[in-house]
Amino acid sequence: MSLTIPTFSLASIGPWLTLSVAAIAILVWDALSKERPAAVPAVSLAALVIAAVQSLTLLGKKGTDFAGMVYVDGFTALAYLILILGAALTIFLSWRYLEEYGKNLSEYYALLLFATTGMMIMVAGAHLIMIFLGLEVMSIAVYVLAGFLREDLKSNEAAMKYLVLGAFSSAILLFGMALIYGAAGGTLYLNELAKKLAVTKAVTQPLILLGLGLIVVGFGFKVAAVPFHMWTPDVYEGAPTSVTAYMAVAVKAAAVATFLRVLYVSFPGFAADWTWLLWGLAVATMTLGNVVAIAQTNIKRMLAYSSIAHAGYLLVGLVAANQLAAVGILYYLLAYTLMNIGAFAAILLVSRQQDRYLNIYDYCGLGRQHPGLAAAMSVFMFALAGMPPTAGFVGKLYIFAAAVQAGYIWLVILAVMNSLVSVYYYLRITVLMYMRPAEADLGPVSFTPAVTATLAATALAVVLVGIFPGWFYDLAAASVKIFSL
Amino acid sequence: MVVPVNYYLGLSLALFTLGAIGVLIRRNILIILMCIEMMLNAVNLAFIGFADAFKAVDGQIFVFFVMTVAAAEVAVGLALVIAIYRNRATVYVDDLNILKW
Repeated sequence: MSLTIPTFSLASIGPWLTLSVAAIAILVWDALSKERPAAVPAVSLAALVIAAVQSLTLLGKKGTDFAGMVYVDGFTALAYLILILGAALTIFLSWRYLEEYGKNLSEYYALLLFATTGMMIMVAGAHLIMIFLGLEVMSIAVYVLAGFLREDLKSNEAAMKYLVLGAFSSAILLFGMALIYGAAGGTLYLNELAKKLAVTKAVTQPLILLGLGLIVVGFGFKVAAVPFHMWTPDVYEGAPTSVTAYMAVAVKAAAVATFLRVLYVSFPGFAADWTWLLWGLAVATMTLGNVVAIAQTNIKRMLAYSSIAHAGYLLVGLVAANQLAAVGILYYLLAYTLMNIGAFAAILLVSRQQDRYLNIYDYCGLGRQHPGLAAAMSVFMFALAGMPPTAGFVGKLYIFAAAVQAGYIWLVILAVMNSLVSVYYYLRITVLMYMRPAEADLGPVSFTPAVTATLAATALAVVLVGIFPGWFYDLAAASVKIFSL
Repeated sequence: MVVPVNYYLGLSLALFTLGAIGVLIRRNILIILMCIEMMLNAVNLAFIGFADAFKAVDGQIFVFFVMTVAAAEVAVGLALVIAIYRNRATVYVDDLNILKW
């Protein structure tokens, strides 16, 4: 008996290899050295830079590799780059923060790299097994990261809630995959699913719809769409702040990119069924996220509800289902990564030590005490609210334009009204910073080089990417040609 | 005797629903984790049933991955249960109420 091994090129999964090898090396290095190796953050950053360069080489490619299991194309490469950016900025925020808790351990960086690898496997997955594996590699690493402050009761609780609801949603997603597998008559490849489902549609329609519904619910949990958002505020509040930043940007980006691919590649024949479902989810998500965010006084919780609202805007893009929508979603993910990491950098600085000051009234008088910090925070708040000339505005513009193009006028009207609501709670922070005197002396802000640099760089990038969106638009527009929309 | 695929699907649906109800109504974290295992095993049963009916192996391969991942997930889950038990001496989700909804 002879086995033929299909040809493959390791370069197509180069970024995964770099990150996973680096993560394993960090674990081994830490185990073998007597003292905690101090260069671990630098090594992780170096690995991310190499992975980014490898992703750049994948930009112009097209097709699959490893016997059709892995997509190698521009869309995947752009998603890789956004995820790598999120992970790298998170590392900049992390080490000083973890040192305050005496928890600057090498495992943290290894887990961060593993989680990023999982996200990459997920967005590149061309087969349901790959998507499931990537999702779980990501999720399990992030569960541990959320509970990283082992002695902290809030961190414990956040991790437990995340794990139970995350595992529950994975099971739902998996059952959806099993039903789709059955309905399609035995295939797990995304592109074959579309063809087979079109053939078997007449007989297995109920099974397909049930499976599709369960898949939407499973992804809905991961992107924090209402009504599957219950875990988000608690987990965001309880997890270490650097991990919250990472969850808000990277986990959401990976889940949305994968969701987009699954819907557009495997279920174009059922667009009429999933668009109304997502329409409802999008409206509920935006409205609840924005309205409840108004009532929050803890800044991390406020950003949690804001992240739910942003998931709603991304769902608007998914409903629109055209080329511009796919471009808009990619652009929005980039903009969201920059502005949210920036906002969390400002939160880390204002909270002084060990998350002491997280109330929004702790921001009173910041404009006078630390004009630079307050200005940067205002930029992020304006960007999150979607004001020109920031990246947040352009992202919303693309997504809403795509929805108008696809004929969802009411959806866009509701989304714009929601954006108006969101202006209230974002600008409230700015008002507090500039127009209210400080309520008490909270002590000096220790501007560490890494966090300050991240703050400045993201603030600059949010504005620059907003003023010059063209280069990214061109890259994204070329990369989403793979979807036949 | 050949068991029709509908039977597998029916049993799997029933198991999955029971597991999901368990996750939602039970209050002990350990039992919740077991209910999640039950949901995953219902998925495995569905995959096996379909793979057998279509004579396709990829459903069976999927089951191995699900089992591996479930083991990893439970390892992390039990570690968290121990961490919580050390800090709070409880395994009931009702007592996890520092973070308000």
